[in-house]
Amino acid sequence: MAKKPNLAVDTRPWRDPAAKPFVRIRNVTKRFGDVAAVSDVSLDIYRSELFCLLGGSGSGKSTLLRMLAGFEIPTSGTIEIDGQDMTQVAPYNRPVNMMFQSYALFPHMNVEQNIAYGLKRDGLGKEEIAARVAELLTLVKLQDYGARKPHQLSGGQRQRVALARALAKRPKLLLLDEPLGALDKKLREETQFELVKIQETLGVTFIVVTHDQEEAMSLATRIGVMNQGEIAMIGEPTDIYEFPNSKFVAGFIGSVNMVEGVVTEDEPGHVRIRSTELGCDIYVGHGVDCAPDQTLWWAIRPEKMMLSRDKPEGLNGANVTHGMVEDIGYLGDMSVYQVLLDSGKRLRVTQTNTVRGNPDSISWDEPVYVTWNDTSGSVLTV
Amino acid sequence: MRRGWFLPITAALGFSFLYAPIISMVVFSFNENRLVTVWSGFSTKWYGELFNDPQMLGAAWLSLQIAAISATIALVLGTLAAVALVRFRSFRGRTLFSGMVSAPMVMPDVITGLSMLLLFVAMESLLGWPAGRGMLTIVIAHSTFAMAYICVVVQSRLSDFDRSVEEAAMDLGASPLRTFFDITLPIIAPALVSGWLLGFTLSLDDLVIASFVSGPGSSTLPMVIFSKVKLGVSPDVNALATIIVGIVATGVIIATAIQLRNRPRKARR
Amino acid sequence: MSYEPTIPPPRRLKPWKAVERGLAKVGISGKALVLIAPVLWLLVFFLIPLAVVFGISLATKQFGRPPYSPLLTTEDGTVQLTLHLNNYIKLFSDSLYVAAYLSSIRIAFIATVITLIVGYPMAYAIARAPDPWRNVLLMLVVLPFFTSFLLRIYALTGFMRGNGLINQFLGLFGIEPLVMMQTDFAVYVGLIYSYLPFMILPLYTTLVKLDASLIEASADLGSRPWQTFISITLPLSLPGILAGSLLVFIPAVGEYVIPALLGGPETLMIGRVLWDEFFSATNWPRAAAVAVAMLAVVVVPIMLLQKAQNAVVEK
Repeated sequence: MAKKPNLAVDTRPWRDPAAKPFVRIRNVTKRFGDVAAVSDVSLDIYRSELFCLLGGSGSGKSTLLRMLAGFEIPTSGTIEIDGQDMTQVAPYNRPVNMMFQSYALFPHMNVEQNIAYGLKRDGLGKEEIAARVAELLTLVKLQDYGARKPHQLSGGQRQRVALARALAKRPKLLLLDEPLGALDKKLREETQFELVKIQETLGVTFIVVTHDQEEAMSLATRIGVMNQGEIAMIGEPTDIYEFPNSKFVAGFIGSVNMVEGVVTEDEPGHVRIRSTELGCDIYVGHGVDCAPDQTLWWAIRPEKMMLSRDKPEGLNGANVTHGMVEDIGYLGDMSVYQVLLDSGKRLRVTQTNTVRGNPDSISWDEPVYVTWNDTSGSVLTV
Repeated sequence: MRRGWFLPITAALGFSFLYAPIISMVVFSFNENRLVTVWSGFSTKWYGELFNDPQMLGAAWLSLQIAAISATIALVLGTLAAVALVRFRSFRGRTLFSGMVSAPMVMPDVITGLSMLLLFVAMESLLGWPAGRGMLTIVIAHSTFAMAYICVVVQSRLSDFDRSVEEAAMDLGASPLRTFFDITLPIIAPALVSGWLLGFTLSLDDLVIASFVSGPGSSTLPMVIFSKVKLGVSPDVNALATIIVGIVATGVIIATAIQLRNRPRKARR
Repeated sequence: MSYEPTIPPPRRLKPWKAVERGLAKVGISGKALVLIAPVLWLLVFFLIPLAVVFGISLATKQFGRPPYSPLLTTEDGTVQLTLHLNNYIKLFSDSLYVAAYLSSIRIAFIATVITLIVGYPMAYAIARAPDPWRNVLLMLVVLPFFTSFLLRIYALTGFMRGNGLINQFLGLFGIEPLVMMQTDFAVYVGLIYSYLPFMILPLYTTLVKLDASLIEASADLGSRPWQTFISITLPLSLPGILAGSLLVFIPAVGEYVIPALLGGPETLMIGRVLWDEFFSATNWPRAAAVAVAMLAVVVVPIMLLQKAQNAVVEK
């Protein structure tokens, strides 16, 4: 897994209410005709962050990125970069560069000319351009490829040229549109690592658009999950995965078991939820902002549940339910169990295969108990 | 399968239908006999006659000039029109504009020719320009219909290419105009070359429109050929046709050779 | 390596920027700049001429320069508009014009159908040819287009005249020479010969985009080749058929050169009538009226063609 940009815990600026954001998106809406591609998005991004905009197709993430680059003008709202209002500034006058999903390399120019293009537009001297291009070619490990045309390069090499070209002008902010989307899986993992290394070396702020949640989780300092033109949640990868704020985010990232329940006990220290769907009570070991008799949802990740043949003791009818193993998917490092509960609901439970070739492992059609800790699940009200 | 022989044979018949008359014309241009289709011996005398015919040479020179000028005008106008049609998704009168651009392409020549002439006559009596008819009026007429063809050629190339390449240039600090000259123009250059050649050929080939809008003393090559052919057999026309076919074939062979030479380079990693 | 997001050096004002700024100041946007030249050109040299034709079709012939009566006259200080409908009345009452129209449409239609029948298998063969061949064959279709149209018609006369190659060939078998020149037959041959590439190119464009796996899927589901052709290939190539047919039909209706060189005196085509009206009879208003009536015939096909071409390009 790629190493994340090295930000010490106490320097996470988004946790500091006094920190000044580097990019400020305020109430930005973009309409195409009657359709709002982005609606009322507000977002602060801090210097040296690697921020991922994560969402499905049509979620508005690319439109938001294009507004940052200047290719689209917001219908309303403002975009501020480094304290300057950039909302109406043309793309060629912004201190922002973009790496395109298709890479958009100039087909009639060689690698060096591609990288030098932006520098020439800035009116830099010949020698300075040559030096800068050489430096960038070294950075992306393409020293020997300067004279090649884009069509003579492999997909991975093209991706690196696109990155070098976008970095050439030393932008304050680099926008990356699905930077790894066109690469195959193995290359993607390597490149992910390199991308983070480069970002860390240069300290430049990255905003990455991606639809790949694994990519977002391993790259980002923070993730903004987008859904239907709105930001559904902003947070560090662990927040997004472990403490989703809504049914959408819980379901969008990773796999999850979600059940409906009714609050029966609402205490400051704990909550008890009755779920007929699950066939038992859910005891949550912390307070939740809810009301008695309120209907809400409870979500739990498959790896946070345990299977056992014997009924665990001392749970008083909470956090344990019973069912039968319907299907097992063996993935090597772990196995995925599909458990059909007595209530008719199906749960997905993963168990790490810690013992090699375990002859005693739970098998098909076995009746099992499913349990979990009182802090493993998330209570969701929306 | 029946398709196994049916398609190649029809294709072969079709191509021989297209080419047999041209080939026979080339062959008989070297015929000694005046009767165009009776072979009586090898001779190049019709070529000599062709090059000693001042009327033919003068008309050819005029036609080449007209073709070059009108292809150039049409290239500029057609490219602008294509850029407008591909890049500006919506503007007032877009439908009318796209109709106007492509209509001259299919408009029957006699209508185009007549309407142009009547316009020029009306303009002359109202504005005093263009004074009389000749090369200028032919150039205007040819530019108008060549523009339609060029627009189609450039349009298809423009709509093929990845818009984000232009956005990348702007992102790197190039203004829209700069982007057009740095990025767009080089990428669509092949389409511009073939568009220009198409415009050139169309102009060189036109008889009907030129007949309407030309004036005394400005007979183009097709007009001279037409009057000769109408009178009957003229072997020097065979010679002329052979020269044109030769030039065109050479051009196409060179173009193909360049393409083939580029191809292995492309495949190399 | 070191990296500081530096402030770029002060920009030299480049000529492009200066030009752009200057234009922006007077309120001319890039869009307008691109549009203005082609729009003006087409207005003046395409749209207005058609209006002028219509105007002059309402005048009458008179001697002088120009050889038609003015529509607007000033008499005692009042402007008078004189419109003559007699050209149009003549068009509908004189059987020559009516016959010429009908026979133009008939000849153009038949020629279009035959060109389609000849061109379709050729386009199909080219589209299905292996890669290097495909480009060569396509080039062979386009090549005649680049040689002179007039000279190719002339080449046909060498083939079809009384002592031409075909009759010489038939003579070898003792067959009497056929009369081909100056007949409708020669006009059909000429039309098909000239417009075949116009038919093949759009057909090829639709056929080459046809996914080969569709044909395999159809065969896999039990269709014989001809059933596949009828149920898959033909319907999917309809835009190409339409575009190609219109590209042949529209210019064929107004064709002048082919009937003039290959047809006989009894081959009536409207383009020829217009030409004679203008050049031989110097009746410009009548010629204009003929043009307007011809335009009425081709305007619907032209609009259809626009739609068909969009369909060909977009698919």
